[in-house]
Amino acid sequence: MDILYKIFIDPFMQMGQAPDLLVQTLWEGLVAGVLYSLIALGFVLIFKASGVFNFAQGIMVVFAALTLVGLYALLGRWGLPAGHLTAFIALGLTIGVMFALAVAVERLILRPLVNQPDIILFMATFGLTYLLIGMGQIVFGGESKVMIAEELYLPRGAIDFKLAGGFVSLQKIDIAAAIIASVMVATLAIFFQRTRIGRALRAVADSHMAALSVGISLEQIWVVVWFAAGIVALTTGIMWGARSEVSFALEIIALKALPVLILGGFTSIPGAIVGGLIIGIGEKLGEFYWGPLLGSGIESWLAYVIALLFLLYRPQGLFGERIIERI
Amino acid sequence: MRSPTGNEIAAGEVILAVENVSLAFGGVKAVSDISFDIRKGEIRAIIGPNGAGKTSMLNVINGFYTPQQGRITYKGQTRAKMRPHEAAIGGIARTFQNVALFRGMTALDNIMAGRSLKMRSNLFWQLLRYGPAMTEEVEHRRRVEDIIEFLEIAHIRKVPVGVLPYGLQKRVELGRALAMEPDLLLLDEPMAGMNLEEKEDMSRYILDVNNFYGTTIALIEHDMGVVMDLSDRVVVLDYGRKIADGTPDEVKRDRAVIDAYLGVAH
Amino acid sequence: MLYREAGQYKTSYAADEAVFALREDRIGLIVVLFVAFVVVPLTSHDFMLQAVLIPFLVFSLAAIGLNILTGYTGLISLGTGAFMGVGAYACYKLTTLFPSVNIIVWVIASGFFSAAVGVLFGLPSLRIKGFYLAVATLAAQFFLSWCFIRVPWLYNNNISGAIEVPTRTLFGVPVTGATATSLTRYFVVLTIVVAMTWFASNLVHGRIGRMWMAVRDMDLAAELIGIRLLPTKLLAFAISSFYCGVAGALMVFLWYGGAESAVFDVNQSFFILFMVIVGGLGSLTGSFFGAALIFILPIALRVVAPALGLPLHPSTVEQLQYVIVGALIIFFLIVEPNGLARLWQIGKQKLRVWPFPY
Repeated sequence: MDILYKIFIDPFMQMGQAPDLLVQTLWEGLVAGVLYSLIALGFVLIFKASGVFNFAQGIMVVFAALTLVGLYALLGRWGLPAGHLTAFIALGLTIGVMFALAVAVERLILRPLVNQPDIILFMATFGLTYLLIGMGQIVFGGESKVMIAEELYLPRGAIDFKLAGGFVSLQKIDIAAAIIASVMVATLAIFFQRTRIGRALRAVADSHMAALSVGISLEQIWVVVWFAAGIVALTTGIMWGARSEVSFALEIIALKALPVLILGGFTSIPGAIVGGLIIGIGEKLGEFYWGPLLGSGIESWLAYVIALLFLLYRPQGLFGERIIERI
Repeated sequence: MRSPTGNEIAAGEVILAVENVSLAFGGVKAVSDISFDIRKGEIRAIIGPNGAGKTSMLNVINGFYTPQQGRITYKGQTRAKMRPHEAAIGGIARTFQNVALFRGMTALDNIMAGRSLKMRSNLFWQLLRYGPAMTEEVEHRRRVEDIIEFLEIAHIRKVPVGVLPYGLQKRVELGRALAMEPDLLLLDEPMAGMNLEEKEDMSRYILDVNNFYGTTIALIEHDMGVVMDLSDRVVVLDYGRKIADGTPDEVKRDRAVIDAYLGVAH
Repeated sequence: MLYREAGQYKTSYAADEAVFALREDRIGLIVVLFVAFVVVPLTSHDFMLQAVLIPFLVFSLAAIGLNILTGYTGLISLGTGAFMGVGAYACYKLTTLFPSVNIIVWVIASGFFSAAVGVLFGLPSLRIKGFYLAVATLAAQFFLSWCFIRVPWLYNNNISGAIEVPTRTLFGVPVTGATATSLTRYFVVLTIVVAMTWFASNLVHGRIGRMWMAVRDMDLAAELIGIRLLPTKLLAFAISSFYCGVAGALMVFLWYGGAESAVFDVNQSFFILFMVIVGGLGSLTGSFFGAALIFILPIALRVVAPALGLPLHPSTVEQLQYVIVGALIIFFLIVEPNGLARLWQIGKQKLRVWPFPY
């Protein structure tokens, strides 16, 4: 009975007794969830347009962040003054690097592998992951770095407010992250719905062959989506880097985004966002209230178990279309 | 022959009866309220224009789709739905409109796979590939070689089927179905995309299977000449409904059938 | 002229069903076994055995395990490292609880524990497929990794959190622990790997192998010829995990001599997956080639680079290794998606028709 009490009653008692802690935990979960959503969004963009399950998305986050910080340091060594201007030059250059990466991926990986089974492309992105890890370390060094958050006008510090006899503390950078993420999602939605390239993207997502036959250039579309995913990765990298630090330890968050994808479905942008929030909040609540029962660190697998159980119930994900198998 | 489900059926009796079957995907009705039967030993054709629900009907029969309404009686046992592997155990084999072979395997392995159900040796002997496992493997290989000879595909025995031309793939697929020694063989457009000569070969195989092994055959085919020559009875579907059922001659003269094929407004 | 099938007529189906149907293949196999069992032990020194050959054999066994699941049955697994860990920890618990039982028995028995865990995490494969399943196996990886750290019972409450291999003997000769010679360990590992490879080869060439491949190539059609998907997939999970578990136990007991949980993390899973990709999906021979290439490459880098006068920092070697492995994977997928095994086939084909090009 004692164990049942500890699992089913005690955590909720704690929530009721200290609502400030509950709100704080929910907020932490929400912010982590936003970042998971962003990574998942990068996956979904590429999967929708090319059917490629891009395992390298998480590493692209780290790679983008490292490139930004590395270029800033490099510009400093070339004599540019440290400050906002240099930071934004570095940002511009990083966007250029992400574009070059998109072109390189299309030329060197996607184009030679066109019409190969999905599993082959999936494995190729494993290769890309290792390539990016190795190159990133060789060029920028393996040690962790500090994100140039302030130079990019990102706010610092926290807002505290009173709640039910306690304090809740919100980091300003987290608020900024939430806002920027929302703006980005809205922009992408408009881009998909309203522009010519957006229409072409949706056509390609439905059928490569049909899209080709009406004169849509697959090469162009692939560069566009990989570039878009690169920009999403860069944004995620800046936000995540500003909260902790920039290093290849961030790699692990990429793996965290995978349960989000399961939950949301591989092809659904709203799914990526809702899934990210559910996983982020569920994970933090689980760790905070139920974690002590099992010993800490359950964060590392809780998300997967949540996603797995959900998957057994609904194999196509939250917003995925029902799969009708034909033969 | 072994038949774990159902009773033995004498030639000429009904082996499979479909009653009032309806199937819909979402709001789209693929098949509505269809009833027909198949008698043991006959060649039964299912014809109809594109989208008439022919393939859906075969998918219902071997358990791949579950109909929302209706009953299926196979070898005297009535059920609302059948699991695909239950259908296989009961002796229903199938070929597909778009060839569904195991592309990474050789023609021989594909046909051998068709005998999986009949092979019994356990994991222990399989690990050793010796004793019962080897005896069994050789015995089934002998049966499979008979099929290979019958279908005249000995020269491509060890070729991965993915690289074979379409006509040969269709033959290997028929071979895989025959390896199951089925009581009821469902053929979905066995001659689609074939030239005249290939069609003649395939017709010959179908007739031979029917004559020599007494296998009951249900086939979907678009080539009216083939249908009229091969089949004993024909059922005609249009827009998911049955519009005619009878011998080829009866069906040929049926007003509704002529309308469906010539496209008279409904 | 050396490699011909002409003139070798098979007069029975049994002969044609043999795994090595060609006389030259059989001779080749005997030569390889002779080298492995006789020539290598006579010529190799400790470093070669301990740092190159034993790990190579261990990784080959793990790669065969993963290949059964991914290459033959088409189920991608990213949890290989964890399944190896289950084998290692099971073996450790068993031999410390029952020290009198022969260690070889426990190494093999630990495979059954791993198989059971594999089946448990394979259950979702009934409902989910492809990439979704790959992600689901990551659940196994992370959950088990967590267990290896957070369940002290698994490592007998050692303060270090690591497992240390006790000395165990076989016919009075130490095979594990500090006193076991490299040569003894090599013989034990080699024997187990050869036997298990033979079993795997028998399996994939028979009914079960055909059922696995049928599920891989087209699961719906497989179901319609009477193959039940769940038992077939679960059998693949069980056998695959068994192999990985034994590989894990061998890794700790006969190679490392001790290990902590980090050995069985997600990177180990990726490492084995790369071996399978580079070696060739659905090829046992390829598993050996893949293990050789991916494992021996960094060693070669460390040895060759200084010889060329390029003093490489150890961390640079590791980074270069990442780049090269990544590039190799992409290269193989583009140029030869069937891996080294396919190149080997092509090589044999060329030999068969040599000296004429056709």
